[in-house]
Amino acid sequence: MISYIVKRLFQGILTVWFIATATFFAMHNVPGDPLLNDRAVSDAIRANLESKYGLDQPLGTQYLIYLKNLSQGDFGISFTQENRQVNDIIREHFPISAILGILAVVFAATGGILFGALTAIYRNRLPDFIIMILVILGISVPSFVIAAMSQLALVSFNNLFGVTVIPVAGWGTISHMLTPALVLGLGTMAYLTRLMRSSMLEVVGSDYIRTAKSKGIPATRIFTRHQIRNAILPVVTVLGPSIASITTGGFVVELVFAIPGLGRYFVQAVQQLDYTVIMGTTVFYGAFLVFMVILVDILYGLIDPRVRLEK
Amino acid sequence: MDTNKSYAAQVARHLAIYAAGVLAVLVLVIYALAFFAGSAGSSVNGNAINIERNSITIALSEEPPQLDSTRSTDASSFIVLAHTMEGLISYDNNDQLIPGVAARWEIRDDGATFWIREEAKWSDGEPVTAHDFEFAWKRVLDPGTAAEYAFILYPIKNAEAVNQGDLPKEMLGVRALSDTILEVDFERPTPYFDKLAAFNTYFPVREDFFESTNGRYGADADMLLYNGPYVLKEWVHGASMVWSKNPFYWNDEKGFLDEIVTAYITNDVNANLNLFKDGQIVQTGLSAPMLPTAMESRWQIDRFMDGSLFFLEFNHRPGRVTENLNFRKALQLAQDPNELVYKVLKEASYLPAESLFPVWIQGLEGAFRKEYPPPQHRMNITKAREHLELAKAELGLEAFPPIVLLTGDSSLSLLAAEYYQELYKKNLGLDFRIDAQIFKQRLAKMTSGDFDIVMAGWGPDYFDALTFGDLFASWNLNNRGRYQSDTMDSLVRIAQSELDPQKRMDSFGAIQELIHEDVVIVPMYERGVSFVVDSRLKGFKRRSVGPQVDYNYAYISDQ
Repeated sequence: MISYIVKRLFQGILTVWFIATATFFAMHNVPGDPLLNDRAVSDAIRANLESKYGLDQPLGTQYLIYLKNLSQGDFGISFTQENRQVNDIIREHFPISAILGILAVVFAATGGILFGALTAIYRNRLPDFIIMILVILGISVPSFVIAAMSQLALVSFNNLFGVTVIPVAGWGTISHMLTPALVLGLGTMAYLTRLMRSSMLEVVGSDYIRTAKSKGIPATRIFTRHQIRNAILPVVTVLGPSIASITTGGFVVELVFAIPGLGRYFVQAVQQLDYTVIMGTTVFYGAFLVFMVILVDILYGLIDPRVRLEK
Repeated sequence: MDTNKSYAAQVARHLAIYAAGVLAVLVLVIYALAFFAGSAGSSVNGNAINIERNSITIALSEEPPQLDSTRSTDASSFIVLAHTMEGLISYDNNDQLIPGVAARWEIRDDGATFWIREEAKWSDGEPVTAHDFEFAWKRVLDPGTAAEYAFILYPIKNAEAVNQGDLPKEMLGVRALSDTILEVDFERPTPYFDKLAAFNTYFPVREDFFESTNGRYGADADMLLYNGPYVLKEWVHGASMVWSKNPFYWNDEKGFLDEIVTAYITNDVNANLNLFKDGQIVQTGLSAPMLPTAMESRWQIDRFMDGSLFFLEFNHRPGRVTENLNFRKALQLAQDPNELVYKVLKEASYLPAESLFPVWIQGLEGAFRKEYPPPQHRMNITKAREHLELAKAELGLEAFPPIVLLTGDSSLSLLAAEYYQELYKKNLGLDFRIDAQIFKQRLAKMTSGDFDIVMAGWGPDYFDALTFGDLFASWNLNNRGRYQSDTMDSLVRIAQSELDPQKRMDSFGAIQELIHEDVVIVPMYERGVSFVVDSRLKGFKRRSVGPQVDYNYAYISDQ
């Protein structure tokens, strides 16, 4: 097990290095000049800006310097927020995205497993139809539409009471977090519901369930011990990557609900060609994703003994 | 496949128990997360107006990226600095110059003297002195600082040479004669220096404090020293700020609120509107589709010009068809800004542009455009085609190559670009190729001259016609179409240095004519903003020059 983990970690580091390299060269080949701004500057000032950010060096040298700093965990100073270290930006804003993302995943997972199980039990009956229609809506309506609509609904809801019951935007308290987290998790919840439903149905028809039944084990025990435990496996598989994608993909929700998360910095950096922030956030997100995948592989082994690799 | 009912019922009961358990865990998780979030985020849950605390809540469109006044260039930072700092001179709510840190001043043809008031204090109680301005200005021009707005200090003697690294900082024509007297030498006569001195980049910085921040000046609330009506009490990056009244500020006529809370940072117009509707922020901008709803709600909708002018800028570099005057004349004659604004863009707060100088620019007594009416423009397709034929003959072309129209990637710029594409195809049979680019790439192409026509814009820096007037001087780096004309250059020289106000204003009138006659640009529109303010807030000001929103004179009134 340990050698397996070590091997996976080594592969992970290699993947991150590849991400870093690919991003570095792709970014430098994106059209546009990060140092240009509304007001034109003279050549002398331009030269000073270039040397400040090391852009006067040949690309190869820049890459080496960058790798050296990266190995020390230093992403440099932001181009647009010249007083801030990229490390500080990640440290201050990622926890917020993470909290929002974890909450969204918790919503998505509990909701998805619950509704998935429900639809499987009530297959082809009314609850199944209702939930599946909602699922299709949840998957197909983009999150910015849902975000805007839910915010509008909150305004009307608050106006009904004459006071702000649930804040329409902002960050800090529980009531600030609920709506954005729900909106953020909705798509994943819908996806997980479908996944859970089909895998439940598959398990129901399997031999070991029939054997269990024929042994006279009570239905609820079969359900919890055999059915759910087996059916949940594919859900856990996608859960890891969805934690990563939800925590990193909340840009729209963060913007609409004025949440100071990292997603906003990531997207703005790309728009403004803020090289250091692009590099910092991409490598960070990449490493995070790789780590989540490894974690899921290990968790998988804990849930399903068959996956515990002896290698 | 067992669909037998009793099984389903049994399992559903079990599922319900499971759900209850999950719910309990969920509540715990949420509380745990909220506990962590409390330390990371803000807990400000403001009401738009809090009468007991004499405070208001607002939203910023962007986290201020640079609060070091010597280096900041963006609208968001300008707004924060306009409330927390004060220059030698400032503006009142009618856009008139009033004394700031300087109690009085004198502008001569070779320089200026500012007498600094003794009651002006920093937020730590120390007096603001002439040395603080000398230090700040030398820092702006230090080539190592690489300040983008350094050019705005170039009227000071040797400023450009210092900025280029040709002269040492000590040679800059600014001296603190004492703590209260600041002496400035000019490179050339600069009659509008008072208006420049109100600009952000001219704000003071105190040397000992600056040194104590170890290069982190302006990075956090406690990494700044303030001399304006408000100080930053709290700054949670990307989330919120609290500006509270500066107890050491000298002027009773400014800063009436005890606290201004910027609780939200988002540039999503819908989110801002929802926050306003919910009573969380005191004012918000309204986009065109929102206006009908706003009018139904019987809000008091205001409109103001944000100062910016947008125009088609031609590439005047040799070898381009746009270098040909007749070609440019044809394009000028075949379009109509009224049609663009009223029929295509349909933005209620925009104005069709008629001149390089926007409507709000001041002349000698009143509005510049009243004193110097811009040349009349009439769409005339027949004449346009004649000019096009002339151009064809002069250039020796069989047919015109496709014209590259460089533009931004916003929906509004694309709409305008498609309008011109259609218009010139229909009226002149010209093929326009739209080259839509992200901001930084559009700038890169503008700088290298990789376009025939670019949809460009310009916003004012100071309250003088020259902020637009010198745009097409041959030496101006922002003249990205590289227009070059001796007449223009000599007119700009007069506008820069002429001490007789009448002659100076005449030169702006002549620049306006020349821009039209030589078709340097084709004006498109002047940008405006519709907005709505909480009726209990008085004295709030939107500005065309300087900070876009200004709460320095704002107060709460229940009437």
